[in-house]
Amino acid sequence: MAILSRSEAKRILDKVLKYSRADEASAQLAGSETGNIRYARNSVSTSGIVNDIELAVEARFGKKSGVATINEFSDASLEKVMRRAEELAKLSPENPEAMPMLGPQKYVSVDGFAKSTADITPDQRAKAAADSIIAAKEKKVVAAGYLEDERSFAAVATSKGLFGYHASTSANFTVTMRTENGLGSGWAESDVTDFGAMNTGNTSSVAIDKAVLSQEARALEPGKYTVILEPNAVSGLVGYMMSGFDARSADEGRSFMSKKGGGNRTGEKMFDKRVNFYSDPTSLDVPAQPWTDDDFMQLGRIEWVKNGVVKNLARSRYWAEQSKGEVVPEPNNLIMVGGDKSTEELIKNTRRGILVSRTWYIRMVDPQSMLLTGLTRDGTFYIENGKIKYPVKNFRFNESPVIMLNNIEDMGVPQRVGMWGMSAMIPALKVRDFTFSSLSDAV
Amino acid sequence: MERRKFLKIAGVGSSGILLPLQGIQVSADQLLNEGMHSSHKRHLADVVLNTARKAGASYTDVRIGRYLNQFVMTRETNVEDIVNTESFGAGIRVIANGTWGFAATNDLTADGVALAARQAVAVAKANAKYQTEPVRLAPVKGVGEVSWQTPIKQNALQVPISEKVDFLMDVNNGALKAGASYIRSSLYLVNEQKYFASSDGSYIDQDVHRLWAPMQVTAVDKQSGAFKTRNGLSDPVGRGYEYLAGHDKDKIPGQTTLYKASYDMAEDAVLAAEQAQAKLSAKSIDPGKYDLVLEPSHLCLTIHESVGHPLELDRVLGYEANYAGTSFATLDKWRSGKFQYGSDKVTLFADKVQPGSLGAVAYDDEGVKTKRWDLVKDGILVNYQATRDQAHMIDQKESHGCSYGDSWSSVQFQRMPNVSLAPGEKKYSAKDMIRDVEKGIYIVGRGSYSIDQQRYNFQFGGQLFYEIKNGEIVGQVEDVAYQSNTQEFWNSCSAICDSSDYRLGGTFFDGKGQPSQVSAVSHGCSTTRFDKINVINTKRKIS
Repeated sequence: MAILSRSEAKRILDKVLKYSRADEASAQLAGSETGNIRYARNSVSTSGIVNDIELAVEARFGKKSGVATINEFSDASLEKVMRRAEELAKLSPENPEAMPMLGPQKYVSVDGFAKSTADITPDQRAKAAADSIIAAKEKKVVAAGYLEDERSFAAVATSKGLFGYHASTSANFTVTMRTENGLGSGWAESDVTDFGAMNTGNTSSVAIDKAVLSQEARALEPGKYTVILEPNAVSGLVGYMMSGFDARSADEGRSFMSKKGGGNRTGEKMFDKRVNFYSDPTSLDVPAQPWTDDDFMQLGRIEWVKNGVVKNLARSRYWAEQSKGEVVPEPNNLIMVGGDKSTEELIKNTRRGILVSRTWYIRMVDPQSMLLTGLTRDGTFYIENGKIKYPVKNFRFNESPVIMLNNIEDMGVPQRVGMWGMSAMIPALKVRDFTFSSLSDAV
Repeated sequence: MERRKFLKIAGVGSSGILLPLQGIQVSADQLLNEGMHSSHKRHLADVVLNTARKAGASYTDVRIGRYLNQFVMTRETNVEDIVNTESFGAGIRVIANGTWGFAATNDLTADGVALAARQAVAVAKANAKYQTEPVRLAPVKGVGEVSWQTPIKQNALQVPISEKVDFLMDVNNGALKAGASYIRSSLYLVNEQKYFASSDGSYIDQDVHRLWAPMQVTAVDKQSGAFKTRNGLSDPVGRGYEYLAGHDKDKIPGQTTLYKASYDMAEDAVLAAEQAQAKLSAKSIDPGKYDLVLEPSHLCLTIHESVGHPLELDRVLGYEANYAGTSFATLDKWRSGKFQYGSDKVTLFADKVQPGSLGAVAYDDEGVKTKRWDLVKDGILVNYQATRDQAHMIDQKESHGCSYGDSWSSVQFQRMPNVSLAPGEKKYSAKDMIRDVEKGIYIVGRGSYSIDQQRYNFQFGGQLFYEIKNGEIVGQVEDVAYQSNTQEFWNSCSAICDSSDYRLGGTFFDGKGQPSQVSAVSHGCSTTRFDKINVINTKRKIS
């Protein structure tokens, strides 16, 4: 029941919208089946499967809006949910920022559904965990991991003739390996559309190697270092920065994207010329839903940064009208263009530096400069003359990704990572003068 | 079963935060329906207990929960969103073959809950083959039929939406008139109606209420391109709508008005507008060592991160290694009986009983009577936070009552209770404390916070910073963050104000577990002094 076909979904949406007596109405039907398995201390702790399907209906009278949701789809239920949305709309205060609902959109075709993920069984989940635990036991390390897989669909429609359907699958596996003496820790992630492409044993081996190699770390003085940040170390900083690519907050003067004297920094070269960010739902690496969540606007390729120059900031339809700018919808994925080097090659070309496997607990310190703080974790190593010399203690960093993206020395091959609830392609970066402000004893 | 949903709202800085959104969206009126009668819940609970026992369970508990949320969100003169949600169902947890099993359903018929009970037993039996050590529960004596309610004076859900909108509009207008460039203000209201029954013979009906009224005021200087924010100084509470009355008796005058058992949000909004503008021209701090005077609305979060989390027993044991992390406060340190967590002035206690606190309930989510106990006594680490199946791991005979599930569909597990710093015994006010400091900073309100995965190294900001020189506050400063190591920090604690200054702070959406669950906890303390802490300057320039 959780995954409906295009025609089944359209039939329900058409029917519920027919019951509308409002000025405008929209409906969104979304269903998913999510499975998970969790383990720690080399033993499975919990597992579960969650099925969900829900219809959300919005009714509008002028600028008054009401939303009601339901999870049953008889004719009587469909009429009831529309009536409830209409009642809520009549009672709600006007939203001066409400924009008219959209008519037909041209949604791009996205291939984001893999049969292997759709057909995953509890036994496969158990085996995925077992492969990781067995690998851990062989190397005398302790595994804690989590696998979550999802098959889902979403269908949207408005009383103005818009309709869209999108089905997708995803699976995300993370694992932390710790040595029995507590002196080493490693982490690895696999984020895929196709469960067939996931090998939890291999991913676990990456984490095991880091755990074993990171034991008995030496303390280096905090300060400015050349660093090689692996993709999962980059993504935490970049994710924060991209969440600030918003025209309204910039125009209002309260963002690192605000321009002195008013307006925003679109068109300015803010980063190294090798920095390129874009979004594209048709990406084969990170396929994504081809419409926005809030108003179902069609999504295509959007350039955010091209050759270091800010090309676009997300701009809602309301703010586009107010600021007389172009509408730029919020994306569902992010791609940072990288280079062609592996992390090993980046290390090989480094005379002195620090390899950072992962960053953690990143928080905004100053939105004016996008200054972030956070820590390294699960494998931090000193590099000398092109080789990893020894593990070092973790650092706290205080750094702005804007500064970091001006100090690029080299870039690696982008890898798929989970970032802020979406998937992204992020390369490893070699960066000079990265600011570590203190040491952490954490392993 | 239902999938966890999130409501994306704009938050601190330029990043958004995700609010967990449970259940289906309904009208505000529906939140006032009485819901299922307790006699009906008892009947369903007995169906579950009998079915599970017959299916082979040696222990069963069932939580029939109705979870109600109302969120009202505004910015400047507009209402951005009003969301009412209701989620109703039953979560069933069993032990079979020495292993936990869990299943949940929103089909609250006798057949529906019986099916879920059998599923829970089947899950337990299936997982038993991966179990290396059978579950051992600390004993709990059944309490029969009992009920409890958060001692509220006014149910916030009964206050008409229009009144809440008018209230927030007054707050926003006050701030805008006082010179704020922008303001966001919200009300988050939660009511958990939880019926718990177990094969120990307990039938516990609890009605839990929580409220949070956050805001953020922004001042922009368009000419210079600078902007500053000041967040509200209220804290989420286990109280009713009466918290928003803002009684004069609950106000503490000083550099800014601070609040005890009730909150004057409109007054705080005006102060926030003035202070956000003052921040634009405040002196940038000289980095170095300072004596810090930490006010409770700030220190509560430092306690949460550096004491609450490291003393969660599941983290200590490694169950959270892949997500929240582990802990520096390992069992060997605790067993030594000599681990100096803080100076001898520091006693940190846990509880789920303090009136007005977010953690207060009569029984936890596995039917354990709640209580108070010490975690750190006179500076020494003496205990952790444990549930029934963990107590034996630290050689103890009873649970601490720390079990919580954030929904009927989430399996309950060990969550942080209220964790608080005991006030000083000698009469000593915040003014006295400031007078005794030569070179220091008085910090009010919580700001940026970050701590490592074993809870050693942390960095905290704040909302308001006042420089202290020779016992006097000499002015507002900016760009302040302090860094320390948990053990060094608590050992640098040199003075704690008395109980007349004691207040509760708290957090509404503490995340833990995979899949992630949220929980709300309070942290009480009086204004406290920490000596010679490293303060950094956070100002940077980007071209």
